[in-house]
Amino acid sequence: MSQIKIANLQKSFGDFTAVKNSNLTINDKEFFVLLGPSGCGKTTTLRMIAGLELPTSGEIYLGEEEVGMLRASERDIAFVFQLFALYPHMNVKNNLSFPLKMQGYSRSEIKTRVEEAAKLLRIDHILNSSISSLSGGDRQRVALGRALVRRPKAFLMDEPLGTLDAEFRELMCLELKKLHIDIGATTVYVTHDQLEAMSLADRIAVMDGGEILQADEPAVIYNKPATKFVASFIGSPGMNFINIDQGISNEQSTLNIEGTDFNIPKQYEISKSKKNSFGIRPENLSLTNEGGLKGSVFGVEYLGSRKIVTVKTNFGEIKVKTNISTSVKINENVQVKPSNNNIIIFDGETDRSLKSEFMN
Amino acid sequence: MDTSRSYLEPSSFSKKLAATIIIVYTVITLIPISWMVMTSFKNVNSAISYPPEVFFEPSLEGYVNLFTNRSRQSQEYLDSLPPPENWYEELVRSREMVITGPSKFLGRYSNSMIIGFGSTFASVFLGALAAYAFSRFRVPLKDDLLFFILSTRMFPPIAVAVPIFIMYRKLGLGDTHLGMIILYTVVNLSLAVWLLKGFMDEIPKEYEEAAMIDGYSRLQAFFKVVLPQAMTGIAATAIFCMIFSWNEYAFAVLLTQFNAQTAPPFIPTIIGEGGLDWPAIGAGTTLFLLPVMIFTIILRKHLLRGITFGAVRK
Repeated sequence: MSQIKIANLQKSFGDFTAVKNSNLTINDKEFFVLLGPSGCGKTTTLRMIAGLELPTSGEIYLGEEEVGMLRASERDIAFVFQLFALYPHMNVKNNLSFPLKMQGYSRSEIKTRVEEAAKLLRIDHILNSSISSLSGGDRQRVALGRALVRRPKAFLMDEPLGTLDAEFRELMCLELKKLHIDIGATTVYVTHDQLEAMSLADRIAVMDGGEILQADEPAVIYNKPATKFVASFIGSPGMNFINIDQGISNEQSTLNIEGTDFNIPKQYEISKSKKNSFGIRPENLSLTNEGGLKGSVFGVEYLGSRKIVTVKTNFGEIKVKTNISTSVKINENVQVKPSNNNIIIFDGETDRSLKSEFMN
Repeated sequence: MDTSRSYLEPSSFSKKLAATIIIVYTVITLIPISWMVMTSFKNVNSAISYPPEVFFEPSLEGYVNLFTNRSRQSQEYLDSLPPPENWYEELVRSREMVITGPSKFLGRYSNSMIIGFGSTFASVFLGALAAYAFSRFRVPLKDDLLFFILSTRMFPPIAVAVPIFIMYRKLGLGDTHLGMIILYTVVNLSLAVWLLKGFMDEIPKEYEEAAMIDGYSRLQAFFKVVLPQAMTGIAATAIFCMIFSWNEYAFAVLLTQFNAQTAPPFIPTIIGEGGLDWPAIGAGTTLFLLPVMIFTIILRKHLLRGITFGAVRK
């Protein structure tokens, strides 16, 4: 197992730059998730680490070795494809032993390793089945098994749960996490599903437009997003933004919106932009009768343990996560007020979050 | 009321109608073929009798005549010979002839085999490699090249017979097996590339990527993972190539005479006493039909799946 490091990695297809000047260090034995919307460059980054695409410029280190220009077959990594790519003309056992045959292991060694992997993934009862007879979950396990048998330096997974139905996905998520803990392999996992990312990852890198915006632990990504995009992409629903047409001065700790003063964390950065925004997560807002932003109820979504109330204000729609006991009617006039000080001010020019008492 | 039948399923009347049409069509197509097979089992006289004989006493004379050269002898000479050693010698002697040696048919037939299978293999192999490259790589001027390849089939191949004849004479390829294999491969290759490209496009590239990750080179991945999955396409392409090179007549007449002559130009030249030996020609054609028939039956399962493969993705 190894550390993976990418330095100044760039990939262009003709005029289109898929990955821009990326730097990232993935620690040994870490479960690392590349998260972003489709077309953000996450899969291209993964494919460059795998050797399925060659970088336009930059370096990739696998352990100590620079592998950027090596063929995929020379890198000793395993890749789990979104559509599994199990060889349909071979049965499960042959699929699992296919990577080992190339490396010249003895027949008995191959048998031991295949059985070991099959046992670990609980697919030992279907070793002689054909691929087409397997369920989605079993195919997924076989694909993981094919990656496991080689004991590679790192596992790369490209949305491996994307094609499974919701029930299976949850189950496989748990299994994947457990498997990772059991074998402690460096894993890079690509997904567009933030819930999957949050539940699996030791660390997450959020990508958009070919750039890595933030790479950190899930809690940090959630609570202290580095940019407005990260704040809106993570969380369900994402963060609320209120445009404030005023600059921010150092040490400022209140903000006047529509004539009401709101407390904000003490700011440590100056912004002169007139397009700054005030960001707050739905669970940090509450509905009140006075002292908040005025608006009317636009929609109520019942989520079982919580309710999400959408309030239409002069600053657009604001989503508030409330207790189940809160009862509001559509078109009812309400006010929205922060219930704590977990507030982030985003700079209007750079979309970056400003440093403050909260964002330190 | 019959509730088991879905309203999308054709009614039993249209099923019966379809079956009738197919049977009638099959019978019509089979008439010349069955006539040919019947002729091969007639004797020289019953083959040309008028009105034609539908019921006749079967004879292997046609087959014996196909495989042997014979000469007519006087009755005295025949009487002086020791008794015939086997049934076909007896048959020949009953016609007042003796066998002077084997005919050229077996040689021509094996030429057809060598050239037919050789060029089919070459077309499919080269076609698969080219189709894979066109399907997967960024080939400069890809569309133009593909169109160019197709354009080689936009005129009948025989239209370039004269230049090919001259080229083959200068190159010493005339009347050689290699020359004929190359020629048929050239004609078939464009069809093979186009057919196989469609099949290659259908195979997700993840399979060979998975194999490359698993430690195989691209070429190894091609043989171990891509080709097995392209089997349906390969079978369909092989049948089309085989049918063409097996049946090709015009170039075979033009370019081959002794060494590499195939069966198609040979069979019609089988001349017996006083005209064409129809039973022998029938026998030759019947035997000529067999290899393609067997080849097609073996690959039939793939062929049927292959033709609809591109249309519906399961």
